[in-house]
Amino acid sequence: MNHFIVWSGIAAIVITATLGDVLQSRAMKEIGDLGLVRKQHGLPAVIRRVVTNGRFMLGLGFMALGFFSLLITLSWGDVSVVGPASASLTFLANALVAHIYLKENVDRRRWLAALCVAAGVALLAH
Amino acid sequence: MTPRKYLILAAVVFFAATGDVSLARGMRDFGAVTLANLHQLFLALLNPWVVVGILMLIGFFASYLAALSFADLTYVLPATSLSYILMVLLAKFFLHEHVSLWRWLGVALIVAGVGFVAGGPEATPGAHRHNPIETVYGPVGALGEVADHGDEA
Repeated sequence: MNHFIVWSGIAAIVITATLGDVLQSRAMKEIGDLGLVRKQHGLPAVIRRVVTNGRFMLGLGFMALGFFSLLITLSWGDVSVVGPASASLTFLANALVAHIYLKENVDRRRWLAALCVAAGVALLAH
Repeated sequence: MTPRKYLILAAVVFFAATGDVSLARGMRDFGAVTLANLHQLFLALLNPWVVVGILMLIGFFASYLAALSFADLTYVLPATSLSYILMVLLAKFFLHEHVSLWRWLGVALIVAGVGFVAGGPEATPGAHRHNPIETVYGPVGALGEVADHGDEA
């Protein structure tokens, strides 16, 4: 399988996994601290609030798409390339989208953390 | 950060690493699954290691959502990447896999990344529904330091 197709697959994994993570983070921000919700309203209320949140379900859908994209891409390319490349690029894409869409305060410290972890995860494949 | 929040982040790390390692250990009993022997995948669901792995990953997802409910995504992801380190240690001492020098270098970089993020606040003020940071400490500075507003806060 040529490089272009494998890297297209990696791009699909990164995009779907990032959308999944970011949408779930947005959903949890809306719902609020699950520990406090449980203390005030009980566990059934926590479960109901999570599963009835549209962004959570959409995020879950993208996570599933990300998982299937990973399985398909693994059948095209080497696991030693696809695994670390998609995991480390997803770290960086998450930092970028969290800054733009979630309006998180991604300061120099958090960028350095994302870069170090992305590089570290890439090296774990060696 | 309260002890409860540290415990939730530790649970994310523990469940992610032990879940993946249990699944890997269970799948060793089956060998490569291909389209020709896809039924192996269903047999794998009866393997005790695979069952434990799936239960651990359910625990991972629950604690991951709990972590996202009080902390930023850009805090949770690097902070819980310690699971990769736990996974390398389990791979070496439990699955007896070879861990190369490059991998140890990767572990060192992840530790550095966790160190960077752990030094700052866990949430952007006002981003979470029950976020107390804004009302208690005031806004957060460019490097993550909390601004001192004295009695104003």
